Amino acid sequence: MSLTPPEFGYLEKKIGRKPNPVELQIVAAEWSEHCSYKSSKKHLKILPREGKRVVSGPGYDSGVLDVGDGYVVTVHIESHNHPSAVEPYGGAATGVGGVIRDILSAGTRPIAILDGLRFGDIEKDTHARWLFKNAVRGIADYGNCLGVPTVGGEIEFDRCFTNYALVDVAAIGFGKKEKLIRNHADAGDCVVLIGGSTGRDGIGGSQFASDKLEAENRSAVQIPDPFIEKLVIEAILEARNQNCIKAMKDLGGGGLSCAISETADALSVGIELDVSLIHKREENMSPSELMVSESQERMLVITDQEKLSTLKRICERFHVPYSVIGSVTSGSVMEVRLEKEVIARLPSEVVANAPLLDRLAIQPKYLENIKLTQKPSTPENLSETLMKMLANPNIASKQWVYTQYDHEVGIRTVIKPGSDASVLRLDNNKFLSVKIDGNSKHCYINPRQGAIGCFDEACRNVVCTGAVPIGMVDHLQFGNPEDPEVFWTFKESLEGITQYAKYFGIPCVGGKVSLYNQTNIGPIKPTPLIGVLGLIETKPLIPKKIQENDFVVLIGETKDELGGSEYYEYMHDTIGGKCPTVNMESSKANQEIVLELISQDLVKNAHDCSKGGLGVAVSEICIRNEIGCVISLDKIPAQKLRIDELLFTESHSRYLLTIDPKNIENAKSLLEKQGVAYGIIGKFSGSNIAFKDGNKRVISVRVDKAQERWLNSLGSLVSHG
Amino acid sequence: MKVAVIVFPGSNCDRDMYHVLSDVFKLESKLVWHTDLLPKDIDAIVLPGGFSYGDRLRAGVIAAHSPVISEVKKMAERGMPILGVCNGFQILVEAGLLPGALLKNTSLSFICKWTEIIVKNNKTPFTNKFKLNQRIPIAIANGEGRYYADDETLKQLKRNNQIVFTYAEEINGASMRIAGICNKEGNVVGMMPHPERSAEQIINPRNAKPASLIFESLQNTLGVTA
Repeated sequence: MSLTPPEFGYLEKKIGRKPNPVELQIVAAEWSEHCSYKSSKKHLKILPREGKRVVSGPGYDSGVLDVGDGYVVTVHIESHNHPSAVEPYGGAATGVGGVIRDILSAGTRPIAILDGLRFGDIEKDTHARWLFKNAVRGIADYGNCLGVPTVGGEIEFDRCFTNYALVDVAAIGFGKKEKLIRNHADAGDCVVLIGGSTGRDGIGGSQFASDKLEAENRSAVQIPDPFIEKLVIEAILEARNQNCIKAMKDLGGGGLSCAISETADALSVGIELDVSLIHKREENMSPSELMVSESQERMLVITDQEKLSTLKRICERFHVPYSVIGSVTSGSVMEVRLEKEVIARLPSEVVANAPLLDRLAIQPKYLENIKLTQKPSTPENLSETLMKMLANPNIASKQWVYTQYDHEVGIRTVIKPGSDASVLRLDNNKFLSVKIDGNSKHCYINPRQGAIGCFDEACRNVVCTGAVPIGMVDHLQFGNPEDPEVFWTFKESLEGITQYAKYFGIPCVGGKVSLYNQTNIGPIKPTPLIGVLGLIETKPLIPKKIQENDFVVLIGETKDELGGSEYYEYMHDTIGGKCPTVNMESSKANQEIVLELISQDLVKNAHDCSKGGLGVAVSEICIRNEIGCVISLDKIPAQKLRIDELLFTESHSRYLLTIDPKNIENAKSLLEKQGVAYGIIGKFSGSNIAFKDGNKRVISVRVDKAQERWLNSLGSLVSHG
Repeated sequence: MKVAVIVFPGSNCDRDMYHVLSDVFKLESKLVWHTDLLPKDIDAIVLPGGFSYGDRLRAGVIAAHSPVISEVKKMAERGMPILGVCNGFQILVEAGLLPGALLKNTSLSFICKWTEIIVKNNKTPFTNKFKLNQRIPIAIANGEGRYYADDETLKQLKRNNQIVFTYAEEINGASMRIAGICNKEGNVVGMMPHPERSAEQIINPRNAKPASLIFESLQNTLGVTA
């Protein structure tokens, strides 16, 4: 929990003297991996950040995208992994709180939350189940109380997360462009701490998150209070409306140390503050505790003398505690006092900019071994296989989770959770489509192609609602970066994401890196998570009821890429093989044609083909529409594949479209013109999900039975302890 | 003519309700912060959903004891139409304006989903445009939404025609599947489901027309032509 010897030397050289103990605490918090990105920062520069909709400003905690008509959308993603692994309820809840305040920092109202959750094998591991249930409850209790809808997300279970949890939260904000906070400050301005009181919770949280999780450190976990957060949101937005905010920053990892040094550094000013003025919830807190506490629901606001009384009045009206803790100074020094006594005096530029590291990266040896994995043999009863796949916690419906989240509050949710991407209506009659995707199983087998695949999947999901991707956020989660093999996987994933973003012209508007996701059993599998925002200018594709004889059209090629598939891992306990790869050119062509077909109103329903492959994707459509189908496997555009491979490979860039017979000729001619691989693979009819190989039925299961399995498996699993 | 939407610290459906009242149904509305006085010229009051005071102690109980509620009680006595939705219903119950209690759902979890309710009293200011037994596709979202009353109270509710809405399916263990009730006089209505989330077709996955009738009933009551 302190600086390394080289860092200590660097600090001493920079400030020209030995730092005192308080200064050391402040710097150690800010120079933690969690706050400083010292391992990753050099590499993150490769991500493309420019785009015609990107609005940037100094010190923004969230990405800002212009959606036209004077409106902007903001987005940010964060994780709260270490705390959630120790105390899942509070860890997950404060994860929501933190990312919401990043959205608020830009001066926008939070309008949606998405969360990505990862735990161990919940079928066998009761601890994983406990973590899962409580993380879900933590998110529900926090988000529901705030009145910010949780509209979507994704969940993955894998043994690599045993005794651990990944809790990722993305938040979306919306507001008027003219109301964005243009962070700036002048000497003499007041520095105000608004919101929850400061206590001893979350002390050293950022350092805790910057080490392997080997011992549980409960005092490093923050305590959630959504009620205060709700009051803070309303007070801050009112203060914004009355132009009382010149600059603003959320207090997150590293507490005040981080917020003060980063604000001063970003705005090129100095800040002096007196820690005795902070409103506290505990007695006798030391100055360094006050500086590094990560107590939640706090915002740092800079206002001028003139507006201070209005700001105070607003806080009082909304019952939000506040304290004026200091002022902006000329120069670039952060000075911390305890009443009259100066206890720390540091150049903010030094505090805010840790010396960056060059980490070694070496291709992991395991990658060679898993290539040699033997293909498992085809099961005799594929109907049974499909039914088992539908009950697999990674595939089964997540309704047990999302019915606990208020996903309707705010009355924007047009396409609800449980669909491909969620769609929100905006005030300018446009629609925003949002999705996050990750896949640790694919990324383990090929960190670069796996990451590209997550990006492609998130794009496919928003495309299925009729949206054009306009921006992305990434969250790069890996083990200990000091391990060159782990660091190699980080670099590979990052390069893959960059490659895709550049090819598709989708700017990265925000992101986060979370390292040291590692327990005694080793590092987690590489888990980059990609969030994609799509814009719909006219109307979203709201799935229409499927009728008898509607056609099933599959766009995209089906390939022999079962490495990391649910079929290999869940059904055969086989880790290895070749994971799906994305051909960017055909992926782009497929996206374009799907959007074209949707815009011409030729599509009743579009569904992404991913986890569990075609077999699962087709079943999901049948289950939702309570109708059967007959699919001919020989109509699938594919190389020569085994039946089980055709059914369950997770090849990317594939879409399943439902098309009314009256539109099929039109659709065909557009598809031919675009020159994409496609097949009219069958029709919806009857009450059985059926797959045929030539004339032979290889799968036939009743829709109602499949529905029962798919809908209830997860719920019944967690309700039994 | 004005509808006051009362906002407590922690209310979170206030803006949604305001939007539906004023933008969709053209009812002149005003958001009234709980410490401000009720405007003199109001003709109806809505207590919106949310988590007033963070549901501390018990959902709705702190708000029920706030000064603005004594004013609401006076208006209730004068026969003014008053609607409490979700947390608003919990507040009305805690304030004693409606009988019974709202307990944790039998699942012990928050439940957010679409369901159907059935109109059992079409004489209230919020249901007078419905046919009796008409079904309303509607969104629910609550953790403490299970209506409970003792047998005697339930008998009285039935006798006095105070049961306004029931669920069409078993949803949370509510006594007699009650989703909404009114006072004896019929002017104060409380309901757990969210009509403001259900009255616009773009966000209603089923049919938004029936839920719209709740607001059209209020228009009708207040003599506003749509």
